[in-house]
Amino acid sequence: MEELNHTTVWFVIFAMAIGSFLIRFSFLGLIGDRPMPEWVLRHLRYTPVAVLPGLVAPLVLWPDATGGNPDPARLGAALVTLAVGYFSKNVLAAILSGAATLYGLLYLLG
Amino acid sequence: MTASNPKRHFLRGTRDALPFLLVIIPFAALFGVVATEAGLNVAEVMGFSVLVIAGAAQFTAVQLMTENAPTVIVILTSLAVNMRMAMYSASLTPYLGSAPIWQRGLVAYLMVDQAYALSQIKFEMERELTVTERFAYYVGTVAPLAPFWYAASYVGAVAGAQVPPEFALDFALPITFLAMIAPALRTMAHVASAMTSVVLALLMAWMPYGSGLLVAAIGAMIVGAQVELYMERRAA
Repeated sequence: MEELNHTTVWFVIFAMAIGSFLIRFSFLGLIGDRPMPEWVLRHLRYTPVAVLPGLVAPLVLWPDATGGNPDPARLGAALVTLAVGYFSKNVLAAILSGAATLYGLLYLLG
Repeated sequence: MTASNPKRHFLRGTRDALPFLLVIIPFAALFGVVATEAGLNVAEVMGFSVLVIAGAAQFTAVQLMTENAPTVIVILTSLAVNMRMAMYSASLTPYLGSAPIWQRGLVAYLMVDQAYALSQIKFEMERELTVTERFAYYVGTVAPLAPFWYAASYVGAVAGAQVPPEFALDFALPITFLAMIAPALRTMAHVASAMTSVVLALLMAWMPYGSGLLVAAIGAMIVGAQVELYMERRAA
């Protein structure tokens, strides 16, 4: 891994701080009481499930830590996290069971 | 009906938000650890947690920076993760849109998933609340969360340097994100959107520096919206 450039890091922090504030302020600040077009809301509803799974998928299938090769411990942990989160609707329970699975499988297979 | 009492609503908000500390504290500490492992110093970790105050977007930015993605891609993709906040902003507007500008500014800065979720339900159930009471409740929900978010990030950043590789912290981020996504898969449209995101992101992995993810996200949003329309028409 290359050394991070700290000027770049601060640039990213400030850009994200301003950008995130503008996104959060957007409708509240500028639209006020006027209603929003239905089609905009319909697309905005899916932003978290549209971005995060795509971000995670390559990290689960091709982890850097194993040289980009699929790893049974990490795959197993991902599946358990997803299943527990889906059925329990409990984020913390999902994280803890995923971590337990990861460490369990790393110990058994390692 | 009791007389207007913002303080009472502030305390109600605080009480309702307390269980979320169980998620906020480990999540913030994890950010501190992961960011430190990626090479950020304590000041930078705190810069993220205090100025950006958006966990998923912060993790995304750190992940892409370690992949040496161009800065523009880092910023755009991380902000895309935060686009859901535009939806929060839109849906809070009918309840708080007439508050003074400084209050709306504060609501915007403090807009986190938990505060939004609690407030949205509260405002919908208790229509008679005044704008002042709603503002008090909203700020009350964030009052316990934000300080612990900052503090746990700091603890994670300071502790992070000492975590050995056997702990497989590379996988902390995927697990955290999967845990956040899974409960959000409430409808057929959400599932279709998430699956589109996965398939497109894997197919577009050849595109330079995470730009494939932007393509995947846009495609997945369109699929989600279209499936929702289709299901509505079928139900009608």
